[in-house]
Amino acid sequence: MSKDEHINESILSDEIKEHQKEARIDHMTYLPDMEVLESDVMERVISAMESYDYEKYTAADVLRAIENENRTPEDFAALLSPAAMPFLEEMAQAAKKEKEKHFGNSICFFTPLYIANYCENYCIYCGFNCHNKIKRAKLNESEIEAEMAEIAKTGLQEILILTGESKKMSDVTYIGEACKIARKYFKVVGLEVYPMNSDEYAYLHKCGADYVTVFQETYHSDKYETLHLAGHKRIFPYRLNAQERALKGGMRGVGFAALLGLDDFRKDAFATGMHAYLLQRKYPHAEIAFSCPRLRPIINNDKINPMDVHEAQLLQVVTAYRLFMPYASITVSTRECARVRDNLMNIAATKISAGVSTGIGSHAKDVEDKGDEQFEISDGRSVTEVIKAMENMGLQPVMNDYIYV
Amino acid sequence: MSENKKDSFMLGGHEFTSRFILGSGKYSLELIDAAVKEAKAQIVTLALRRANEGGVANILDYIPKGVTLLPNTSGARNADEAVRIARLSREICQSDFVKIEVIHDSKYLLPDNYETAKAVEILAKEGFVVMPYMYPDLNAARDMANAGAACIMPLAAPIGSNKGVCTKEFIQILIDEIDLPIIVDAGIGRPSQACEVMEMGAAAVMANTGIATAGNIPMMAAAFRQAIEAGREAYLSGLGRVKEKGASASSPLTGFLNE
Amino acid sequence: MITLTVNGKKRELDAEMTVQEFLLSQQYHPGQVAVELNEAIIAKSDYETVSLKQGDVLEVLTFMGGGCR
Repeated sequence: MSKDEHINESILSDEIKEHQKEARIDHMTYLPDMEVLESDVMERVISAMESYDYEKYTAADVLRAIENENRTPEDFAALLSPAAMPFLEEMAQAAKKEKEKHFGNSICFFTPLYIANYCENYCIYCGFNCHNKIKRAKLNESEIEAEMAEIAKTGLQEILILTGESKKMSDVTYIGEACKIARKYFKVVGLEVYPMNSDEYAYLHKCGADYVTVFQETYHSDKYETLHLAGHKRIFPYRLNAQERALKGGMRGVGFAALLGLDDFRKDAFATGMHAYLLQRKYPHAEIAFSCPRLRPIINNDKINPMDVHEAQLLQVVTAYRLFMPYASITVSTRECARVRDNLMNIAATKISAGVSTGIGSHAKDVEDKGDEQFEISDGRSVTEVIKAMENMGLQPVMNDYIYV
Repeated sequence: MSENKKDSFMLGGHEFTSRFILGSGKYSLELIDAAVKEAKAQIVTLALRRANEGGVANILDYIPKGVTLLPNTSGARNADEAVRIARLSREICQSDFVKIEVIHDSKYLLPDNYETAKAVEILAKEGFVVMPYMYPDLNAARDMANAGAACIMPLAAPIGSNKGVCTKEFIQILIDEIDLPIIVDAGIGRPSQACEVMEMGAAAVMANTGIATAGNIPMMAAAFRQAIEAGREAYLSGLGRVKEKGASASSPLTGFLNE
Repeated sequence: MITLTVNGKKRELDAEMTVQEFLLSQQYHPGQVAVELNEAIIAKSDYETVSLKQGDVLEVLTFMGGGCR
């Protein structure tokens, strides 16, 4: 199988294979309601990714990249190459040192709150996708308030508000009201919702949102096209430019991620880093964050694929992000088990979620559990348990690191 | 560097292979030609002054043909004066290159970044290839880049001081953060210092006093040229790594890997 | 007879003349100078048509070595 055809088979069903044969709209053409930015960032990210030949790097390139004080995109490229695999310990040591230089031993805590799971997209790998027959729901304002009040009792001061991607069912005003409520209970409010135009981001910022995370999933547009069969999300460039629109809308920070394992993870991780790097240069005030979700390799699959993201490869990506952008926030998802999360926090990551549920309405007792979960989590520890785990490693839990003026 | 691969850099759409920009002050006119040739410089800076009548020798007669003239705005104390000098200079050399110098501090001769940024904006809009001489401040450099500068020319030390790379950390920040050629200007007194900034990733070096006040001017021009080439090649080849003192003895971090 | 200020000094000319005639009469090399007449730059192509008049302030500039010291 060639690299291009590679697909993690765990995400394919017969139904999806049938849908993949049907005609689809052009994924590179903006829809009428989508804001088009005058920006060369996407072009630069894609051309950097396309010219990234990770086979050409040597052990010497990797060692030099580890030792460099200021790491260039070339160094980042070396750190993500197969040649770096024998040096994971060295990368981890260097990453920990960088992390401590910029963050000391502090670890930021937050929890996600799913307020709706209606979705109009058809992402073939996602539990929320519009063809999956799951229980759909959205919380009303009083339910949002009840959930947030319950979460705030655990001591958390940062919340990440999530919706499925349906502008119809979860419109901007609805999300804005959630932000306003969140502002009453939390010091920092993040959003992980459908991409929108910069004036809408500006509105949500006014409602209290501080940062916006958008997962690009894969930066390989042809592969992207085969994975996102319908919905607004299908439009590749609109999604890719979401962070820039969020910054133009006044957001303080933006988060980036590729879903590692959807496509060639080295190229996707490289593109993710370059995307963040180029936006940071263009908007020097922007706070940068990475998330590092992966599709698990299929265990017991005789077709072992070199593109699979095992724990070692995940560690490589996370440490490469840290070494390339030492000041960036890095989050590790609850898709990972406690062992992996704790170790990544110790080495390179800076931000961890706790007390997580990806369903709708599962925090407060009075709020009925009404919507199904997006994915199964592997680390279901409570806030208290995660705090304890961090403290045991000599790390210091911090509930928020931002002061409003 | 292999012979067949050209290592060049761009300034306002013009390509240069020499990374040594030569200042022309404090020389006798007769030595300029030899210095430019030994330096293999493709760009020479000049200052605008009132002309003497009576057909006296002009520096333009001593600069080899084919060399790009880079007028500077020395003498300007604010943006408006720099703009005026730039426009006048363009009339003489009929090219759009200009190095902006705005200085109103007669003791240290430090450039005024605020006024310089203003001048960059005006002149870039008029189509000049604007090369601002500046104190290495990241925010000011970003403003100049956004205003249309063709490169950034941070000082290494006070002009004419030959003190070397006093602003090393800050020049490195500009090299790392600004998407334009960084040309280190002022304060570079010795070839080794020119080599050092090239190793750091500077696109070019501009020097004058270090050469003009040397015992043998053409020989020193050649020494600078070789140092700049050496530093450039060192940068391109990727500097060897430095072992940190006191290797860390922390426990292994990757023992947890399981899959 | 007209009086001008040239590079800050008073200068008397017998009659009105063009910029070009003035430069040559003073042995300036027209190709190596820039001319500012009453604070406006005179393009080289206008040297032969622009005349100097009573009270004009003229700056004749050229390059020399150096920068700010």
